[in-house]
Amino acid sequence: MSTPAKWEAVIGLEVHVQLLTQTKMFCGCTNHYGDAPTSHVCPVCLGLPGSLPVPNEEAIRLTLLTGLMLGCNLAPVARFDRKNYFYPDMPKNYQISQYDDPLCAGGLVPLDPFLFPKEIQDTAEAKAGRSIRLTRIHLEEDVAKSFHFEDRSGIDFNRAGTPLMEIVSEADLRTPGEAFSFLGSLRQVLLAGHVSHADMEKGQMRCDVNVSIRPIGQKEFGTKVELKNLNSTSGVRRALTYEIARQIAACEKGEAIAHETRRWDDQAGATFTMRTKEKAHDYRYFPDPDLLPVRTDQGLLEAARTRLPELPTVLQSRLIQAFGVTAYQASVLGADRVLCAYFEKAAAQAKSKATVANWILNDFLSTQPDPATTPILPEFFGELADLVADGTINSAQAKKVFAELMANPASPREIVKRLGLAQISDVSALGTYCDEAIAANPRSVEDYRAGKTNAINALKGFVMKKSQGKANPLQVDEILKAKLSA
Amino acid sequence: MSLAYETIATLRRRLLSKEIHPRDILKDLFTQIDAREKTLHAYTYLHRESALAAAEKADLSLPLGGIPIALKDNLNALGDPCTCASKILEGYKAPYDATAVSLLRQAGSILLGRTNMDEFAMGSSTENSALGLTRNPWDPTRIPGGSSGGSAAAVAGRIALAALGSDTGGSIRQPAALCGCVGLKPTYGRVSRYGLVAFASSLDQIGPLTRTVEDSALLLSVLAGHDPRDNTTDLRPPEKFLTQKNGSVQGLRVGLPKEYFLPGMDSETESAIRSAADWFKKNGATLVDVSLPHTPTAIAVYYILATAEASANLARFDGVRYGRRATDARDVLDLYHRTRSEGFGAEVKRRIILGTFVLSQGYADAYYRQAQKVRALLRQDFEKAFTQCDLLLTPTSPEPAFPLGERTQDPLKMYLADVFTISTNLAGNGAISLPCGFTKSNLPIGLQLIGPRFGEETILRGAHAFEQAHDFFQRLPPS
Repeated sequence: MSTPAKWEAVIGLEVHVQLLTQTKMFCGCTNHYGDAPTSHVCPVCLGLPGSLPVPNEEAIRLTLLTGLMLGCNLAPVARFDRKNYFYPDMPKNYQISQYDDPLCAGGLVPLDPFLFPKEIQDTAEAKAGRSIRLTRIHLEEDVAKSFHFEDRSGIDFNRAGTPLMEIVSEADLRTPGEAFSFLGSLRQVLLAGHVSHADMEKGQMRCDVNVSIRPIGQKEFGTKVELKNLNSTSGVRRALTYEIARQIAACEKGEAIAHETRRWDDQAGATFTMRTKEKAHDYRYFPDPDLLPVRTDQGLLEAARTRLPELPTVLQSRLIQAFGVTAYQASVLGADRVLCAYFEKAAAQAKSKATVANWILNDFLSTQPDPATTPILPEFFGELADLVADGTINSAQAKKVFAELMANPASPREIVKRLGLAQISDVSALGTYCDEAIAANPRSVEDYRAGKTNAINALKGFVMKKSQGKANPLQVDEILKAKLSA
Repeated sequence: MSLAYETIATLRRRLLSKEIHPRDILKDLFTQIDAREKTLHAYTYLHRESALAAAEKADLSLPLGGIPIALKDNLNALGDPCTCASKILEGYKAPYDATAVSLLRQAGSILLGRTNMDEFAMGSSTENSALGLTRNPWDPTRIPGGSSGGSAAAVAGRIALAALGSDTGGSIRQPAALCGCVGLKPTYGRVSRYGLVAFASSLDQIGPLTRTVEDSALLLSVLAGHDPRDNTTDLRPPEKFLTQKNGSVQGLRVGLPKEYFLPGMDSETESAIRSAADWFKKNGATLVDVSLPHTPTAIAVYYILATAEASANLARFDGVRYGRRATDARDVLDLYHRTRSEGFGAEVKRRIILGTFVLSQGYADAYYRQAQKVRALLRQDFEKAFTQCDLLLTPTSPEPAFPLGERTQDPLKMYLADVFTISTNLAGNGAISLPCGFTKSNLPIGLQLIGPRFGEETILRGAHAFEQAHDFFQRLPPS
């Protein structure tokens, strides 16, 4: 994080996202991971001679939906191109991708301050509220997966031909923390649209990073280094932190930065040269003659538009306004749509909606519940908050009710009855307790009247003890004061 | 007379009247094959047993019930070899049916065998086959044309009733012309390419080679139609072609593109084509002089675009998953190099290198992208011409069949064999070649009729009328 004041990093990301489609990008094979190797294949995804691709419209719709969510310009006509290179895990030795006419161009990813690393959420860096520009979003097919054994290699073709969306950012990012928040913020958008599970650690979202440094104030970019093998958002952050420091150290020693691809080694916590880019690869892109241009303006775009969800930023401001939650709580709720729906149900009828948020986000969440399946109905939290708000129970009793709610789920009102917890708010009953307290503690009464106002606490403690904690403390306070000043 | 000499239409009538059985057709065909195949070498593979078994179960109620058909060896048929006449597909067995093949099966036809071709359909003489050359039935010292030379030689040599071919730059029409049979290249998008091993995807079309125009229409009616597996097939509903045959060309406007009649062209070819044009005029058609001004660019445009697409299409043959694999490779790069060096023939390598070059950074603008622009102009040429006429009438080939070996060392001269057929592939139009005469030395001459896009019905009507008014299609090659 602590880039020496003199230097500034320039970072751009290329993010590959696996799409949640039933079938592969250009054939009808199942798009599913974790099954027996090469069990979801056909002539098309194996690239057998004579086979032809047919585009998966759902993948196109999901890419357009992503473009809509990120404010991209959507192409009325997009094209698929062939990207030519030889690799054993690529059955045709060309990848169907998009080059000149991608589905989406431009767009923005707003950085969520609460999706920066925890310890820097309070810094100006996180609070700056920056948005990162996107260059483009395009759709392509994924390659197969190679496995290397002692004396041979194997290829699992289940992944071959599955839809992959590539999101390319402008070189707008300046810090590892921003890159971290970019990936988190982007993921929230993808989750909101049910586009992808976008879990980096499961390979559902993969990221290549381009990073260079330059003296602050300089306009020209420095020599760009590409980082690979980044398997988590925190890995991206660590790799960038290391790589920026490495480049600065080299520059300060007067060494030139090589234009190269470096591999992040998470164990070693360092990057290592993978290949130099002296010979830039020539992919010989050309439009795939097997595929017609994609007309997005003939139904596909409209279909995507009907699936626009509430975006994370919109949802967060609504939660803050409608429920009085904090910005942090809004970010946490926004990051888990199931939990958020649970909260909204819980708070809908409650009098103190902010209290409901506290119960759910502090107490309930710490029990690691699954809001989708929990037997604890969301309405119970609204009821619990209301019981405190209307004085039926006090906060100490509420804790007991919560514990019982977790152990034997039932309506909090029921639990209050079951445990005999209802607060005593009856004035005459409380008056009797107060009279007893005054009679039994002449010393405290004297002290209070002499101006030691704290002495009243001893009287209150007597009442609470007598009432087995059920006395309404606010009312007791009022009654005692009235009696003592009489 | 041997049933091998009959047309599909006649055999179907005789089958339906129970006069003959499908096994009779096969028996006669195999007798012919035994007599002639040794000379012609039209086939790379024969389905003797499976064909006879299928004949016993043939469903005569289907449109091609009981009719044996040969396939060019670049069409996938489940369980059968699919060599593309290349060493690189040695031992490969197709794990699926091409759409065209499955349509033939559904129509009741019997797969007879697989026909020889130029390797990966790259060539005009069938001399570029790794499985040996095919000879012209009219003169075994001459080439049958190509790349569907095996299909044309088999049909013309009466050892197949009909065969499927593929046409990327003339590969159905030119061998049909040189062997004296009927070859139809449908409009691009008319017939599904699924299962046809791709040479140049934006140009390839599957089509029939037959003895008569009627048989050609019969096969096209089975093959044509949208295929959800081929994104480039047209969405129009299925059609039945040439259902009415009145033999009239009255009122037809026949265009003669001046760029197809050049000074110095083969005189026998020219006079046969002129006579054909005269016949159309005499029978009520109007002859119109038209121009396709970009014709001289077609060969250059074709050899840029076709090779560019081929360089990608043929990248998959790498020894990793199927087909030939070089032994003792040091690493994966060495495996690629050796498999492809050993597996591909010279012409295929030449075209892969050419195609790779025209797509390369720094050259793609001058070659690939420039050629795409000229292709659009070629297409406009045809669109404009078809505002003035209904059909274009041209020679199919600038000359009759040339001697074996004459051009194998001169690829450029070989490329000129397709000068009259290539433009229609670039424009996407359909076209037919049918016999329109013979040279003094008894070599067939082919007439090409080109239609507007999806104008196959007009093509077939015009061709059928001409064919039935002459006896060229009935002439037999020397046996």
